[in-house]
Parts: sequence; structure tokens; C-alpha cells
Amino acid sequence: MKEYVMGNGAIALGALAAGVNVAAGYPGTPSSEIIETIAKHPHEGTYIEWSVNEKAAMEVAAGAAYSGARALVTMKQMGLNVASDPLMSLAYVGVKGGMVVVSADDPGPISSQTEQDTRRFADFARIPVFDPSSPEEAFEMIQAAFDYSEKYKTPVILRPTTRVCHAYAGIDAPESFAAKQYDGFEKDPGRWVIFPKLSYKNHGLIEQRNKDIADDFSGCKFNFTCGPATEKAVVASGVSYAYVKESLKAFPDIKLIKAGTAFPFPEKFMLGALEGVKEVICFEELSPYIEEQILKLIGRNHLGIKVRGKLDGTVPHNGELSVSIVTDILSDFTGISADKPADISGIPPLPVRPPVLCAGCPHRASFYAVKQAMKGRKSFFCGDIGCYTLGNAAPLEMVDTCLCMGAGITIAQGLHRADKDAVCFAFTGDSTFFASGMTGVVNALYNEADMVLCVLDNSTTAMTGHQPHPGTGRNMMGNIVDKVDIAKVLEGMGVKKIVTVDPLDYPKAVQTVKECADLPGVKAIIFKSPCIAIVKSGKKCTVSDKCIGCKKCIREIGCPALIFENGKVRTDKSLCTGCGLCAAVCPVNAIGGNANE
Amino acid sequence: MNKDIMVCGVGGQGTVLASKIIAAAAMREGNTVHSAETIGMAQRGGSVTSHIRVGEQSYSPLVPPGSADIIIAFEPSEAVRNIAYLKAGGIAVVNTSPVRPVTESLHNTGYDGSKMVEFLKENCSCIFVDSDEINEKLGSAKFFNVFLLGVLAGSGKSGIGKDSLTAEIKKFVPEKFIDVNLAAFEAGYEKGTEFNADK
Ligand SMILES: Cc1ncc(C[n+]2csc(CCOP(=O)(O)OP(=O)(O)O)c2C)c(N)n1
Repeated sequence: MKEYVMGNGAIALGALAAGVNVAAGYPGTPSSEIIETIAKHPHEGTYIEWSVNEKAAMEVAAGAAYSGARALVTMKQMGLNVASDPLMSLAYVGVKGGMVVVSADDPGPISSQTEQDTRRFADFARIPVFDPSSPEEAFEMIQAAFDYSEKYKTPVILRPTTRVCHAYAGIDAPESFAAKQYDGFEKDPGRWVIFPKLSYKNHGLIEQRNKDIADDFSGCKFNFTCGPATEKAVVASGVSYAYVKESLKAFPDIKLIKAGTAFPFPEKFMLGALEGVKEVICFEELSPYIEEQILKLIGRNHLGIKVRGKLDGTVPHNGELSVSIVTDILSDFTGISADKPADISGIPPLPVRPPVLCAGCPHRASFYAVKQAMKGRKSFFCGDIGCYTLGNAAPLEMVDTCLCMGAGITIAQGLHRADKDAVCFAFTGDSTFFASGMTGVVNALYNEADMVLCVLDNSTTAMTGHQPHPGTGRNMMGNIVDKVDIAKVLEGMGVKKIVTVDPLDYPKAVQTVKECADLPGVKAIIFKSPCIAIVKSGKKCTVSDKCIGCKKCIREIGCPALIFENGKVRTDKSLCTGCGLCAAVCPVNAIGGNANE
Repeated sequence: MNKDIMVCGVGGQGTVLASKIIAAAAMREGNTVHSAETIGMAQRGGSVTSHIRVGEQSYSPLVPPGSADIIIAFEPSEAVRNIAYLKAGGIAVVNTSPVRPVTESLHNTGYDGSKMVEFLKENCSCIFVDSDEINEKLGSAKFFNVFLLGVLAGSGKSGIGKDSLTAEIKKFVPEKFIDVNLAAFEAGYEKGTEFNADK
């Protein structure tokens, strides 16, 4: 029977169908549900883990693949930056069992810092990459990717994008799965130990092999053409293929060339597809990768074909493509105007809805405590990646910098080197602390930095959908394990001043921050309070007649559960968790609930 | 059958469950179905949309502008935000009760949803429902999404049968909440039939 699953679910089912033995990953939108789906399905014989970060996940998978096992590693595109050190070397060493790296790209970007293109990474590392256009194709491609990986003894990348990861479709998956049988690790230093000599030798072999893969790709089902042989043709890859197919309903038939394997580029296929074509337009998101390959091909073969796309300004470089964008461009390209929905005028101004910290989010209380404690003092607030990045918004405005995971801790050190009289704070989530925060703390200690580290410990990886991490005491095999204690980690490193405080205990939280800000060296405050999504709400807050309508609560903390109506504040019962921060802020003690009763 | 259905609202309103039930019900009737969800940062109080595409010939995971047969809007301004997706002759099921963003309480622009409702009245055919009123009757805000599914079924506009929807509701909601959800669905169904031209 067909199972209706998300694209990420289709990738997970495909991996199970391919007999995956080890699946490791680090959460990140839009990739997180792959590991989660494998965990939810019967998966006897498949080991699963959320690794501490992407580099760890890549290495765990590599070890398994050295042993002949089939290994899957998942991450979002920026995760591949973190895992690039092992990947670049692994490309030279190769694997024995099939190893597939799923790196999900995020055009838009919708939930990411960058609009980077994983296909470039594949080219950079000289390893094959598949680019699915739909969940159905992703299901097939990941199985093919395992086969190619084993055939050519190289890690292979599957690069879905957000709209494929988060699209749902019915998938014909087998009823039951059998994990692959494999031999186990065989010692062979000439193969598994990377040395300059080995890299030199393998570099040559890899370039040779990539020619074979390109030919193999030229004949594979993910590259095909449809429509009549016209002089103008369209090339599309990834989800852009779906947009083009949709858009072409409004145009007379035109040749459509679908490119599903970006690297090694299937030159023979493309040369054949371009026969008789005079002008071609390329639709792809992120970077003009396919477009550049076609330009190269045309140059080398002295073909007189005009190429349009991102490089000549026809297709936008940034953001997602869509059916509307494709239709507009195709109208221009074909000279035929497609029917378009009429423009709607007179739309009233719409409320803006930037994402916000949830009502009752303990991060709000932590930020507010630091803000109040540092009032009137020069201080810099280095943020990091997670729900707490949302502390940047008004009225908190407590994130002065945000770069990449773990960077807040080290940027705070750099700011302090350049500006001695500021108190420098770094905010990091618990998952981020384990992923890439710890080395930054060691750097601070060793190099005698002055900073206040605030660990916002909400006992989960909230932003990406509440995955467990080393501090939660649960793992993906369903086991309860010893929690890695953040305070003890810091103590072991040599941090002298470590205070754990409940951010919802407002006076104590402010006092703690003041105390730490006055001390020299590296100080750590662990603001410990669970994410509201993983615990039951307390008694809801209520606002009494005493409310004078000053709106101080709204202006100071901006909680979405606080509503101003008819000159007074009230709480939205469906949102309020009873955290009591508003009660602590109210100048006339009008708010009751957890805190004031 | 070929149908494009959109479900929109604000993160946290229960739009995703509604969309999953619609998609599953359409599949149950043997249709090819695709859908797409907003997942990630925007789920924290931002605007969210679900796109459900029924039929063999739908390629794009997102509904193209001007092709939605139905928009189910959990919030009036979200209906307006997505109005360009509605096709000529399409219908919008709209909750008139507004969700004020935090920025609204800070800046006081006076957003209360009424201008949105006026605009919708002038620009498309709508079925308006008021969640405040309905939640009071249902005794909780938790079943409003299933109430809206009832409206959809009652209106007869989705082409998806009532039985398929109720069968999927039974699958998707926790066992102990099945009865209340079915009651909410029936209440919605009744409301929807008021707008069913075939009845
Ligand atoms: C290199 C990299 N990997 C993964 C992500 C995706 N990501 C965004 S936030 C986050 C973790 C957030 O967890 P935590 O630090 O505990 O903060 P919370 O969201 O719980 O407040 C992750 C993994 C990323 N942005 N960059």
C-alpha cells in the first residue's frame, strides 16, 4: 500500500529499502525528519543516532561504511560546512559499503543563514550528487545513490531542497525492510590511512572514475527529455522541474530537458538533448551550476547555442523560484503570453507576523534578566543559532550579533579584544553548546578572555523540532543514558564561576547576572528551565482590575499572550503558560497567577 | 478529480493537522495527492500555509496563484494574504476572529480583522465563521480545526466525501478525543450545508 509521507519520509523509506545499517545526523531544517522517520519505522538491524554535530555524524557514518555497512548521514546545507573536513578527505579515501550524505538545501532561505548550493560542494569534493525534483524521485534516488556509492566506492550526496523535503506524496515502499549483510572492517593501512602519497594516487583515479560515472549518469533514468524537438528548449533541475512542468500547461509544447545528476555532469546525455536546439533557458535554484556546465559543454564542442539563465540576468540568483516566476520568464522566452490570474487591487495593509519567542518561553526571561541587570552599562550581546535568536526582536533587542552555530562564544571574545570597556555576553542554547560551543569556552579560558557565558538550557533542541541531545539523557535507540552535565563540563574545563539559576525566578536571575558581570575572567550562568513545548503549563496568569493600562508588561517583554484591550491588559488563556514574568514586571502588582499568589 | 485546496493561518493554530486529514481523505478515495507544509522558523507565530493538490496533473508541490478551489483560513488577514491563490469562482472558508501579532500590541495599529472581512466580502465568495463563538459552544479551542473540516464537507465544494473525512479524523486524533472531534465536525457540517447550493 502507498504510504503518504513527507519528502524526508520518502528519503528515510528509501534508505531503509536500500538496507541502511547505520544512520547518523544532526538536526537542521529542512532535513530533520529523515532520521526521525527511520526511528519511527520498524528498523531492525539499523542503528540510528543524533550525533553531537555534523562532523561527528559524518565520521560515524564513514567508519560504518569502511566496514562494508551501508551508512546514511543527514544534515542541512550549513551542516556540510561543519562536516566538510571529514568529507573532503573521505572523498580521497573512499568507502566500502554504500555511504550517502543527505545535505538539504534551503532556497529562500526559509530557515537558514545561507543560500549555499550543495551541488558546488559535490563538485569541490569530486563526488557524485543526485538532485531530486519530488518526494517520489527522492525515494528512488537515494536507493540509486547507495548503489552508485558501492559500485564506485565513493560517498555520494543526495541534495534535496526544502520544497522536496517538506512536500508530501504517496510512496510505494516495501512492507518490510532487511538491513544489509556485510563482512566487517578489514585492516588495510594502504586503503584507510590517508597520506600524501595516497591522496596523490587517488586524485588521479578519482578524476578517471568520474568520467565513468558521468557516462553512467548519461544513461540513468533521472536524466531525460520530454516534449517535441523544438529549437528553443528548457533545462530544469530539482524542484524547478516541477515548477516548469506546471507552468508549461499554459504554453504550447516545448522541449524540456531534466537534469537530475549535477556532478559528474552527464555530458553525453546533455549533448544529445541539445541536438537541434538554438536557444536554451536554465531553471535551477541557488547557483547557476547546470547553466555553467552547459556553457562549458557548448564552448568545448563549438556549438552555437544561446544560453539563458542566472548568468545573463534572466533568472534571479537569490530566493526560490515558483510557478509564477517561471511563467513570466517563459512568456518572455517563448514570446507567448500565458493566461495569468488578474491582479487584485485594494488589499488592505496586512499585519506583519515575524516569528516570535513563544508565550512563556524561558529564553525571554533569561534575556530580560540580563537586559535589566546591565541597564546603563556598556555591554555587547552575542547571540547564536536556535529559538533564542528570536531574542533580537523588539522589545527585547538582546541579540547584537549572530553568525553560525557556536560563534557567539568566540565572537564575544573578539569583541572584547577590540573594545575592553564593554561587558561581553555570549548566549548559547544547550544543543548548540554541545555541537560547537565547548571549544570556544576552552579558547576563552586558555587565552584569558573576559566574558559572561549564558547557556540557555531548555533541555531540548527546540528550533528544529525538539530532538534529544547529550544533555537530555535520551538517545535515538530509545535508551536512557547518563546526561552530560553542562555545569560539570564547564567545571572540568576550569571555569571558576558557574551559577545555575531558574530564569523564571526573576530577582535571583538579575542578581546572578550582576554578580557575574563584575568578576574578571570567564563566568558562566546556566539559565535552566524547560522549553514550554515539552512540559505542562502552570497556573495561567490573570490580570486584575488594578491594571492601570500602562502597558509596561507589553513594552518590556513582548509576550504574545499579553493583549491590550479597552484600556487594559488581559492574558490569552490559550497561550499563557503561567511563567509569571509579566507579574514580575507589573509596577502595580495587577497580574496574578503562578508568581503572585 | 482535480482540486487545489489551501489551508492557512498562524503558527500554532492547528492548520497542519487539518491539512493532513484533508490529504489523507482525498487519498482514501483513490486520488493522487500531493501536499506541502510550512515547517521551521515560521511555525513560531508566523504566517503558515498548507497546499493540498489533488489530481494526476499537479506537478508543483505548491498551489500556483489563481488555482485554489478552496482556501480554508484560520485567520482573516491570512485569508487576504493568500487571496491571489484563489481561482475565479473559488471559495474561502474564513474565521473572522483575528490573531493579533505581538508587534500589534507594541505599535497599536488597531488591527482587529474587520477591514479584512470587508475586503473578502467584496472580492470573493466566502463562508464566514467565528471561532470565539464556536469554541464557546464546543467548550474548547482545540476542536476548531476539525469544525472547519466539517464546514468544508458540508459546503460540498471539496469533492471529498464526508465519510472519508470522518474516517481520517478517527485515525489522526487521539482515541479519547474522537467523540468530541466528531461532534465538532458535525457542527461544522451543519454550518457548511447552509452554503451548499446542491442541497
Ligand atoms: C551547522 C548547523 N547545523 C544545524 C543547524 C540547524 N539548527 C538551527 S538551531 C539549532 C539548534 C538549536 O538548539 P539549541 O541550541 O538547544 O536552542 P533552542 O532552539 O532549543 O533554543 C540547529 C541544530 C544550523 N543552523 N547550523
